[in-house]
Amino acid sequence: MKAKVYVTLKPSVLDPQGKAIHHSVELMGFEKITDIRQGKYFEIALDDAVSESEAKTAAEKIAKDVLANPVIEDYRVEVVTGS
Amino acid sequence: MKFGVIVFPGSNCDHDAYHVVSKHVGQPVDFIWHKETDLSGYDAVIVPGGFSYGDYLRAGALAQFSPVMKAVKTFAAEGKFVFGVCNGFQILCESGLLPGALMRNAGLHFVCKHINVRIENQNTPYTNQLKNGKVLSMPIAHAEGNYTCDDATLHSLEENNQIVFRYCDENGETTPESNPNGARSNIAGICNLDRNVLGMMPHPERACEELLGSNDGRDIFRSLTQAISQNGVGV
Repeated sequence: MKAKVYVTLKPSVLDPQGKAIHHSVELMGFEKITDIRQGKYFEIALDDAVSESEAKTAAEKIAKDVLANPVIEDYRVEVVTGS
Repeated sequence: MKFGVIVFPGSNCDHDAYHVVSKHVGQPVDFIWHKETDLSGYDAVIVPGGFSYGDYLRAGALAQFSPVMKAVKTFAAEGKFVFGVCNGFQILCESGLLPGALMRNAGLHFVCKHINVRIENQNTPYTNQLKNGKVLSMPIAHAEGNYTCDDATLHSLEENNQIVFRYCDENGETTPESNPNGARSNIAGICNLDRNVLGMMPHPERACEELLGSNDGRDIFRSLTQAISQNGVGV
């Protein structure tokens, strides 16, 4: 069982790193990119004995309390069963 | 009167803070390893600058889970003084003791230089020896000092006079040019509602000796000493 957590800056928060990346991408020659936002991605491996709903609950709590700072960031959790 | 300086793995301004308290404040001070859980016997704890936990995840994010932080929260709730500088400010925001967050500097660079801050609230335990509008020169050294909060939080910080320091020029004007990191409303330091918890990005502990270019930081430590000697009454 694996939980994937995506952490992104809230839309209202400026992302200077994303802006710098955007600028570099423009220098590569891509002209039709309107914006780039940088985020973080986490993979949490869970014991097979954990149910899907338990995994979801645990990952949500980990995302809310540690992985994301709710003042500036949003998060999204996906639970992947199987491999 | 007894001070403690908390030491996390990666703290690097702990010795500066210790030096200032022992030499300039002239009070007993201990280093407190982050695994400690008992702060009884202390009047004030300093959460120093540095790179706790290597700034992994977000600056200050992982230090909030160190055992000592539970004790720091209790300590703060008892009205005792918690003073966070630089990474310490980031830790206090991450642990919820202060509102808002410190983001990557707007210019992306690590900024290390002397800046000016203006006293916005002289009625705190950290500024009682200063006057509103007074300009202090202190160094900053950070990559994540860009204070941010939502509109409601900014409004309540202003309403409750919790903004203690703002970046300004040498004349005390809070211009965009004098803002070194893009901080919202030029905010360099804030306190909690009860005034006993304060966080700031500039380093007063590095501005206590002429040799270091400024001794303006001494007024902040003098204020705190005054507040402690008044038995915890901040103003």
